[in-house]
Amino acid sequence: MKLSANRSTIGFIAVAVALIVIVQLLISLGVLSAFWTTLLNIGAVMAIVSLGLNLIYGFNGQFSLGQWGFYAIGAYAAADVTYRWSQDKSASGLVILLLVVILVALAFVGTAYLLSKLRGLDALSAFAMYLIGVVTAVVLAVVIGGVLIMPVTSLLQFLPADFALQVVFLLAVLLAGCLAAEISYLFGLPVLTLGSDYFGIATLGFTIIVKVLLDNSDTMLGFVEMKGARGMVGIPKLSSWLWVSLFLLLILIATRNLLQSSNGRAILSVREDEIAAKAMGIDVAHQKILTFVIGSLFAGLAGGLYAHVNGFLHPNTFNFIKSFDPMIIVVFGGLGSVSGTVVAAFTWALVLEGFLRIWLPEGFETWRFVVYPLLLLIMMLLRPKGLLGAFEFPFLRAVLPPLRKRTGNAASEAAPGEGG
Amino acid sequence: MSAQNQRPLLEITALNKNFGGLRAVKDFDMIIPQGGLVGLIGPNGAGKTTVFNLITGIYVATSGSIKFKGAEIVGLPPFDITKMGIARTFQNIRLFGNLTVLDNVRIAYHPHAGYGLADAVLRTPRFFQKEKELTEQAQEFLSVFNLQDRQGVIAKNLPYGEQRRLEIARALAADPTLLLLDEPAAGMNPNEVVNLMELIHFIRDRFKLTILLIEHQMRVVMGVCEHITVMDFGEVIARGNPAEIQSNPRVVEAYLGRGSAALAQKLSERRSHVA
Repeated sequence: MKLSANRSTIGFIAVAVALIVIVQLLISLGVLSAFWTTLLNIGAVMAIVSLGLNLIYGFNGQFSLGQWGFYAIGAYAAADVTYRWSQDKSASGLVILLLVVILVALAFVGTAYLLSKLRGLDALSAFAMYLIGVVTAVVLAVVIGGVLIMPVTSLLQFLPADFALQVVFLLAVLLAGCLAAEISYLFGLPVLTLGSDYFGIATLGFTIIVKVLLDNSDTMLGFVEMKGARGMVGIPKLSSWLWVSLFLLLILIATRNLLQSSNGRAILSVREDEIAAKAMGIDVAHQKILTFVIGSLFAGLAGGLYAHVNGFLHPNTFNFIKSFDPMIIVVFGGLGSVSGTVVAAFTWALVLEGFLRIWLPEGFETWRFVVYPLLLLIMMLLRPKGLLGAFEFPFLRAVLPPLRKRTGNAASEAAPGEGG
Repeated sequence: MSAQNQRPLLEITALNKNFGGLRAVKDFDMIIPQGGLVGLIGPNGAGKTTVFNLITGIYVATSGSIKFKGAEIVGLPPFDITKMGIARTFQNIRLFGNLTVLDNVRIAYHPHAGYGLADAVLRTPRFFQKEKELTEQAQEFLSVFNLQDRQGVIAKNLPYGEQRRLEIARALAADPTLLLLDEPAAGMNPNEVVNLMELIHFIRDRFKLTILLIEHQMRVVMGVCEHITVMDFGEVIARGNPAEIQSNPRVVEAYLGRGSAALAQKLSERRSHVA
C-alpha cells in the first residue's frame, strides 16, 4: 500500500512539474501571448482561493461568502509592501506587516491563555479581549517598526536588486496570507457560533465592509498609495507563471495532506453531523475556526499573488458580486472535490474569461452575470455533484488501507449479529 | 455485590431541565454502578432522551448535579465529556453518512490521534506511524463487529442493521467506560433484536463497560437490563429489577392509562389460567 501511495505521489509531482515546465516553455517561446499567460495565472490564483473556499464550504459545510474579502486584504497588503519597496525604496511595508503578523499571533496566544484561566466568559467578552489584544499588538508593531525600517532597508539593499525584489515579493505574499488568516480568526470567533446560513450572511457583510474600506483606503485608512476608488497602480508585475503554479502545487499537496489525516476527518465529520461529531469527542467550534483560518490563509495568499499579476488593483474587483466567482468554481468543480476545483478554476479562466471574450462580440461583459447564474442553474439540475462528480486524481484520492488478515482469534471473538 | 461497594460510576442528583415553561426533567435521580446494565424506560415524551443529552453535555442542566467517576460534568462541553469516557449512540442513527465505514470509526480516534496539524501537513514519520496504529485499531474494531469487509463502503449505503452495529462500534472506538444506547432496537425485526441483545451482552463483557439503555421494546429491556428506572412526564415513577417493574401498577398506568392496571392484572391472571 505504502509503495503504491508513494508511486502516485511521485507520479503526481512528475506530471505537475512537467505541466508547469511545458507551459513555461510555451510562454518563453512566445507561443502563449501575454493575454493567455495572464489568464493562466488568474486561473491558478482562482484555484487557490477556491480550494480555500471548498475546504470551508465543501469539506466543513460552512457557507462563506467572505473569502473574497480575505482575497482583497491579501491583495492590498502584499501590493502595499512591494509598492513601497519598488517605488519608495523603503522596507517600511515589509517591516510593519511582519511585526503586525508576529505580534498579533502572540496577542492571540496570550489572550487564549488568559481566557483558559478565566473559564466561563461569554463569547462577546472573549471577543472584546481578543480585540484589545490585537489593537495593542498593531500599535506596538507600528512603534517598533519605526525603529527597524532603516536598518532592514539598508540590509536588503546589500542584496542584488532583482533578488531583493523577489525576496520582498515572496515575503509580502506569505505575510499577506498570514494577515488574512489572522483577521479571519478574529472575525470567525464570534461569527462561527452562528449557524451556517447566518454565517454566510455575516461573511457577505464582511466582504462588503472590506470593499467600502478599500474604496476609501486613502482617506479613512490613511494609505495614500492605495489611491482609494481610483485604483492602485505601480505594483511590480512579479507573479510569473512559475511563482503562481509553485504556490498552487504546494497548496494542493498541503490540502491533500490535511484532508487525509485525522484532522481532515474531524473537519469532514463536522459537515456530516455536528451533534454526532461532538458526541465522538470532536471540538466542533475548533474545527470550524481552524478550517476557516486555513481557507482564509489560502485566500490571502491568492490575493497577494493576484495583486502582482496585472500590477493594478481596483476596489471594484473585490465587489461582492465578484465574490460569487469562487463560489461558481467550487460548485462547478464539485463540493468536496479537490481535483474538480482545480479543473474548474482553469476552465473558468480559460473558457469563460478567455474564449468567450474573444468569440463573443463587444459588450459581453454585461451579459456575464446573466450567463454565470444560468450555467450554475443548469449545473445544479444536471450534475449536482459537480463537473467531475466524486472523481479525484489518483494522488488526491483517499487510499483504503488493506484488509487485515483475520486471525483465528479475532474470528472467534467476533460479535454476534451476522444476520440483518 | 462487589459493584455496590465501589463508588458508583455515574451519580445524578436532583437534575432539572426546563425548556421555557416546560419542565422536561424534574428532580431526576439515578445511580449507575460500575459494570451495571441499566435501563431507562418510559412513554414517549417522558424525557429519556433529554436525560441522555444532559449526561453527554448537548444540553446544560438548569440545576442539579451529574457526577462521573466522582467529577462534576454539568457545564462541560460535549467533547470533554466524551474524552472523560462517556460515549453514546442516537435514537435516529447519526452516522457520518457520506464517509466510509472505516473513516466513521477512525473519527472517534481523533482526540487521541497523537499527532498534530503540522505532522499531518508535512507528513512526518510520526504521522505515518500514528496513522497506521489508529487505522489498525479501527480495523480491529470493525472485525469485532463483523464489518471488516465493509470498510470502504459509504456508511449511508449500509443496510439498517449494519448501520446500528457501526454506530455502536464507533461509540466504542471512543474508548468509553460508560456507553449510552438510545433505542438501539428501534426499527429492527425480531431476528435483528435477538442479535442485538446478544451483542449488548457481548460488548459489555468484552470491553468491561457500564451500559445505560433507553428502549421501547419491553423484550429488550426485560431481557437485558439488571436494573430499570421508569420515567413519566420528566419524573422517576419507579425503580427496580425487571420483575418488579413489570408488576408495578404505576408503570402499567403510565404506559396504558389510568385504570388499566387493574385490567392488566386481570388479563395476566386469565393468561396464566389458559397456560
